[in-house]
Amino acid sequence: MMLTRRSALALSAGASAFAFAGMTGIAFASPEDTKAMMMEFTGGKEPATGTITLNAPEIAENGNTVPISVSVESPMTAESYVESVVLYAEGNPNPAVATFHFTPMSGEASATTRMRLAKTQNVVAVAKMNDGSVFIDTKQVKVTIGGCGG
Amino acid sequence: MAASKPRVKVPKSASAGEVITIKTLISHDMESGQRKDKEGKLIPRKIINKFACEFNGQPVFSCDIDPAISANPYFEFTAKVAESGTFKFTWVDDDGTVSTAENPIEVK
Repeated sequence: MMLTRRSALALSAGASAFAFAGMTGIAFASPEDTKAMMMEFTGGKEPATGTITLNAPEIAENGNTVPISVSVESPMTAESYVESVVLYAEGNPNPAVATFHFTPMSGEASATTRMRLAKTQNVVAVAKMNDGSVFIDTKQVKVTIGGCGG
Repeated sequence: MAASKPRVKVPKSASAGEVITIKTLISHDMESGQRKDKEGKLIPRKIINKFACEFNGQPVFSCDIDPAISANPYFEFTAKVAESGTFKFTWVDDDGTVSTAENPIEVK
């Protein structure tokens, strides 16, 4: 193989990325992993924006406990309601965070919890309605101290 | 760790059809399975993996939980109450332990 400048650079970048992962001992998920998990949840459907609102702090000082809330506009009747909302953290060791299941008895499709974030990353919320339509919202959260204690 | 102690906040009374807010918290380490002890060995995962809320036996809200939820998992959600009854809350630990709490509500 001819070692051009470009391929040499690519090789060294790959090697250093590998060395970094080996050093920390934690394999972080990638946005692609998150996307794959999301597609499994939506059944291959590309989610639309709107309807769902994800509330997260812009800057989280402590990644161990980041308050996060999600709400979905829906009449929440037996005919039309939000079935579930799933939360993903793109840069955590495992992107899955939690899955909320609502029923018409919930009254409103909103929930608040506290989550861990390993580093600055995007948090993704995806809602699935009872008719199968899916909606997405994404927020970037800057994390000062990571919350996965390596 | 001592048995997890749940804390639940439900309004004592509500009017029929009102949407109320419920807050729940349970003490739990939520050991993520990512941390290492002093010898450098991984501490095995031990978390609450499921939370559910029922009203008079009917499901209201439930949650599948992954290790990314913080220690002492806190959930705030809503419920629509049409009649007096009891809210029942369940938390399921990885080791199979189930913690429960019950809160009555009076509808005027």
